[in-house]
Amino acid sequence: MNIRSPITLVFALAVGLGLIASGAAAETPQHGGTLVFTVPASDMPSMDGHQETTFAVVHATAPHYSLLIRVDPTDPKAKRMEGDVAESWSLSKDRKSYIFKIRKGIKFHDGSPLTAKDVVASFEHMIDPPSGVISPRKAYFSMVESVSHPDDYTVVFKLKYPTSAVIGVLAMPFNYIYKADLLAKDPNWYKTHIMGSGPFLFKEQHMGADWIGVRNPDYFRKGEPYLDGYQAIYTPKEVVELQALRGGRSMIQFRGFPPSSREELQKAMGGSLRVQESPWNCGLYAVPNTFKKPFDDVRVRQALNLAVDRWSGSEYLSKIAIVKTVGGYVFPGHELAMTDAELQKDLPGYSRDIVAQRKEARRLLKEAGIPEGFKFKLNNRSTDQPYKIVGTWLIDQWRQIGLNVEQQVLPTGPFFAELRKNPPEFDVTMDFNCQTVVNPQVDVSQLISADRTDANSGHYIDRKLDEMYDAQLQEPDEAKQKEILKKFQIYVAEHGYYINTLWWHRIVLSNTEVQGWNVSPSHYINNQLDTVWLKQ
Amino acid sequence: MFRYLIRRILLMVPTLLGAAILVFVLMRMIPGDIVTMRMGGQGGGSQEAIEVGRHKLGLDQPMWRQFVDWMYGIAKLDLGTSMWTGNPVSEEIAARFPLTMQVALMATFLAILLAIPLGTLAALKQDTWADYAVRIFSIAGLATPSFWLGIVMIIGFLVIFKWMPPITYTPLWQDPIANLSQLIWPALATGYRYSAVATRMTRSSVLEVLREDYIRTARAKGLVERLIVNRHALTNALLPVITVIGLEFAFLIGGLVVTEQVFNLNGMGLLFVKAVGQQDYTLVQGLVLVVVFISIFSNFVVDIIYAWLDPRIHYE
Repeated sequence: MNIRSPITLVFALAVGLGLIASGAAAETPQHGGTLVFTVPASDMPSMDGHQETTFAVVHATAPHYSLLIRVDPTDPKAKRMEGDVAESWSLSKDRKSYIFKIRKGIKFHDGSPLTAKDVVASFEHMIDPPSGVISPRKAYFSMVESVSHPDDYTVVFKLKYPTSAVIGVLAMPFNYIYKADLLAKDPNWYKTHIMGSGPFLFKEQHMGADWIGVRNPDYFRKGEPYLDGYQAIYTPKEVVELQALRGGRSMIQFRGFPPSSREELQKAMGGSLRVQESPWNCGLYAVPNTFKKPFDDVRVRQALNLAVDRWSGSEYLSKIAIVKTVGGYVFPGHELAMTDAELQKDLPGYSRDIVAQRKEARRLLKEAGIPEGFKFKLNNRSTDQPYKIVGTWLIDQWRQIGLNVEQQVLPTGPFFAELRKNPPEFDVTMDFNCQTVVNPQVDVSQLISADRTDANSGHYIDRKLDEMYDAQLQEPDEAKQKEILKKFQIYVAEHGYYINTLWWHRIVLSNTEVQGWNVSPSHYINNQLDTVWLKQ
Repeated sequence: MFRYLIRRILLMVPTLLGAAILVFVLMRMIPGDIVTMRMGGQGGGSQEAIEVGRHKLGLDQPMWRQFVDWMYGIAKLDLGTSMWTGNPVSEEIAARFPLTMQVALMATFLAILLAIPLGTLAALKQDTWADYAVRIFSIAGLATPSFWLGIVMIIGFLVIFKWMPPITYTPLWQDPIANLSQLIWPALATGYRYSAVATRMTRSSVLEVLREDYIRTARAKGLVERLIVNRHALTNALLPVITVIGLEFAFLIGGLVVTEQVFNLNGMGLLFVKAVGQQDYTLVQGLVLVVVFISIFSNFVVDIIYAWLDPRIHYE
């Protein structure tokens, strides 16, 4: 073949263009198909995202609803915010008002138009719930003074003080936009009904079994959704979920699996399995009871903190549990988080020299009069991943400094009841902090005084912490926010209020048909499914 | 007979009342409640929200008041409302009952199909290879947990056929093939163990009856062996077998928790576990009453079958 021949060149060009085109076609979303996924829960308590806290509600119902703004589902780092029903937003000069412009032409599933009135009513339902309505995230909106709509397509959030943290709060995945008329008629209507403006219409549900949605042909994002529908199957047992993935009865599970499941399915499914991993916006802590001797002595709490070898723990525990990343109290990798170098240098308990750390821990215990072999109980939740596994590891860490700890495991209900007792009765308890949108300025609110948050299982009061929290929340400059948050974290660690262990690690398994979905740091976000498509 | 029926029905009431009191008290002895469970998922929820939740569900009322309210509802045949979902308890149970009943009936049918012929064969061919084979088969059934057999079945399907039974329920009248392709496997796994119990009972019962004088008389009269076994021996031997089948059937309603989890069956057993885990008092109470009623009723049916099989038995 003469490569200089015009025919040869044209042929080569045609082949090359063909290869490029086929590559591009493989990435173009395809329409059609039903996404079948499992939800590791037995049921949902109600259909109202405003009043519930479980992912079992979000995974099944989020596709029926729009949000005001949301985490961009195409952003692999899940940091970028985009408007959902909001077309755009701006900040007033005094930085105390956020003005949102609502897209025109959005319809609810019954054909009625979605306007600013509906957005306002939805947020008021959460910020200032009427009698008989439970709003578990009401405290997150504490910076909002009022929400109003000067016209049909403008919503204004007026803040008590300037803070950028409000954007993450407004983007929380439970903030479904409801119809104002339906909320006015019955504020609990949405507990048993669906009426949204999202990419999928509600078709049917079988109590405790599955939930089915079908494509909304009038969805405001043209060309989406790509799927014809979805089916969410409630599957409480992990082994059944794995078998379902392997046997083709489901395509993905949006919460996460432990490392052993990843290994098992990789062996069984090989190239037809897709694994996506991400640090998870969930922290796990040990919380000493500052009301009870000897944990009222800060030296004892400091010792408990210094005994923990997080760096080695990460290496070993990440093989068997859904934990991995070593970090402070701010989500690791975020702009406001401490770097590894800062952690090692400045945050008590994070030095690489565990021998020196434990020596200091022993010294503190001796100074506090704690004898060798001192016994106490660790209150923990009866869930393997990651509670019991990390609890067992912690007990070993404390054994290294001469403490004798017994793990007291409780089912979920009694465990939460134990956390809520005030004053607390436990010696030390495990506690967790799982958040939705990564919003460190608000996510650390669990650690402030117990009279300002119900999530503080230590039930302590510390105004210095509160001051630092308020200061970073109202600080406009990001570098200064980071500095204040660093001091905040060092203060928490120095006082041993919440002893950090490891951040959770999310492993999502799917078959390779499922495209257009990226793992993110939270199992609550990116569940509307409008960008998801199936490779046929 | 009529007076016997009325007496049996009336006797159900104290049994149900006893079960009601027991479950009511036991559930409330567990620390925590459903409201703290629901609020615990993310950030804990405010104390205010928890108080609102408790008030809505009547959990802030004194215990005696909660019990009276519930009993008043039961008297009107209202099992109450699930504290977790807000749906009527009767609806929650009704959504799961057809599947559980179908699995129970299929397992019972399989058990009877296997147990009576195999047990009879083993008795007739006592101490032969047939007897040994049946005994090994039945002992294996007793020793094998049904959920383990279910797991092995599924793994076998996945590894050999790369196939898994459906994990969502389709009613039999909608799509018999989809329905049976899901439910035949748990029915087999459960029915095998069920048949093992009944097979052994049938064997020992038939052996005992075959040693009776009237069987010897029947043989002496020259009756054909098949006739002796079917008309004389089996009819008498089946009485204890029916008792066992009745007891096992009652257990299948609400007792197959692990098997239901293995096959992802949205049945009564799974509902029980969920309700207890969520501390859904009304749902647990309702389920216990339903299961106790079914147990009582199935024993009652067994007694009636007794009277039908054995004309010597009269109820007054």
